[in-house]
Amino acid sequence: MFRIFFFFFLIICPIKAIALIEVDITRGNLNPLPIAVSPLSIDEKSKESFKKILNKENIGLEISSVVEKNLKTSGLFNPLNKDAFLQAPDIANLKPRFEDWNLIKAQALITGKVNFDKDKLRVEFRLWDVLAGKEMMALAFTTVPSNWRRVGHIITDKVYERLTGEKGYFDTRIIYVAEEGPKTRRIKKLAIMDQDGANNKFLTLGNELVLTPRFNPTSQMVTYLSYFRNLPRVYLLDIETGMQEVVGDFPGMTFAPRFSPDGKKIIMSFAKDGNSDIYTMDLENRIVEKITNHPSIDTSPSYSPDGKYICFNSDRSGYQQIYIMKSDGSNVKRISFGKGLYGTPVWSPRGDLIAFTKLHKGKFYIGVMRTDGSGERLLTENFYQEAPSWSPNGRVLIFYRETKTTDDGKGFSAKLWSIDLTGYNERLVNTPTDASDPSWSSLLSN
Amino acid sequence: MKCLRIRNIDQGAIMKLNKILKNAFLITFACLALSACATSKKTSGQMQGDVYTGTDTVEYLASGVPDRVFFATNESVLTTASRETLRKQAAWLRKNSKITIVLEGHADERGTREYNLALGERRANAAKDYLMTYGISSDRISVLSYGKERPVDSGSNPLAWSKNRRSVSVKAN
Repeated sequence: MFRIFFFFFLIICPIKAIALIEVDITRGNLNPLPIAVSPLSIDEKSKESFKKILNKENIGLEISSVVEKNLKTSGLFNPLNKDAFLQAPDIANLKPRFEDWNLIKAQALITGKVNFDKDKLRVEFRLWDVLAGKEMMALAFTTVPSNWRRVGHIITDKVYERLTGEKGYFDTRIIYVAEEGPKTRRIKKLAIMDQDGANNKFLTLGNELVLTPRFNPTSQMVTYLSYFRNLPRVYLLDIETGMQEVVGDFPGMTFAPRFSPDGKKIIMSFAKDGNSDIYTMDLENRIVEKITNHPSIDTSPSYSPDGKYICFNSDRSGYQQIYIMKSDGSNVKRISFGKGLYGTPVWSPRGDLIAFTKLHKGKFYIGVMRTDGSGERLLTENFYQEAPSWSPNGRVLIFYRETKTTDDGKGFSAKLWSIDLTGYNERLVNTPTDASDPSWSSLLSN
Repeated sequence: MKCLRIRNIDQGAIMKLNKILKNAFLITFACLALSACATSKKTSGQMQGDVYTGTDTVEYLASGVPDRVFFATNESVLTTASRETLRKQAAWLRKNSKITIVLEGHADERGTREYNLALGERRANAAKDYLMTYGISSDRISVLSYGKERPVDSGSNPLAWSKNRRSVSVKAN
């Protein structure tokens, strides 16, 4: 049961309210907005009920901690220390004493309450503009208690959207490759976790090498490369049922898979006789189409969000560069012309940018450029990093980074990192094991 | 007044900076000279250009028949030494006509994963094509690329990388 429906039954959102607080996310935000997240208030009876089911002392406090952590991680908000709060959560939710919140320099305030209602978790929350002394948003929803973390993520998404004007990316998951063991005999498993690192789960056992998992648009399916029986092939995995099947069973190696934006096709590379070309496979009728036809290496294809174009990686000029073409393979055009090699192009969900990995003078960079190749911007430099994946709102990139190994074979690690499109707010994403090849899901609730 | 003071501070800072820079230059110069000596000593005999020529990771299919060939960065062209190795393998395979092999193509860690998978495949096929020109049937040779997934040397240095850019002929039966 992956898809859980949230019932929004109380929406008192002020229609077209006068713009109150606003957070600009287009520039590096060096002054995050001070925000107070008052713990969600909870009555004693509900508290006891949730304690029995979830084994959490105070679920109201837990949910607001999720919200707080999300807001902090975004880099756009500065959640204030709870110790300084003067007003009790239950009273604040009824009517905040704005002078009190103003005193601790909060500009925005989140209040709310949790109820145990017919075996369900019922949450309502409000967002307040402290300076204007006004309510900006009020929402309520009901779900099964075990979904409490997602409630925190959805609250964050709503607050983020109200204050920045853009959709959030908190109620999402990351699929990645979990790594263990020595570098020469690495064991790799598919793993999935919430965007904040919670609920980590391994999806394969590590018996065969697996690489480059990617979500479909509804985030129910994953396409990836598996070396099952030493035959590197593109596979499809249904996350809910655990069903796996081969989709790229061609006489050679199939790799570098991704879904088309409508989820109906898989685009991938097929290598045979020393030549890699790009193919698509229709998942319904299994019709295969050859998209590129060139004796060079053509790989790492990624569709534009409207499905009309494909960006990909090719060494037809002699070295790895980024190209775009129409989705039928016509009008191939090179777009990367800077110094160095370029790889792993990924089209932004907003359509305007392509993220990439660049190798220049022994350093690896994650960067972005416009779809015509102009406006190249490098966001981060390191010894080794690659494979950016976009947050669903196109504001954050997640990628992996490997450290240098010393001559005696020590010091190697692979970890996930995230960085804002602005180049600020670089963060380590915690995973229980080493990790690589991250792919960000779409928003799970909409 | 304020402006003047700032300028004074700046000039002082620039003077200091100049001194630091001069010293730094001297130091880096010395470092460069040292490292140049160090690398040339370390790699001579093991690498030519950036192709590995040593034998410490090489295994043997039979006496005098090495199992692997090495490549330059981003290249899949066979070197003279590689062709000689492959001719020995072809002669051995002709004598042992029941044996089939898997050519495992590899890349070093200094490249993106997907491109390296394709590059490993291209390298293994370069070896396959050469074996075929020496009379080995393509039915006896299969190709498997590991990209950068199975390095033989885990180090992050040019010598380790040169050992990892390889195509290995593995007996399949």
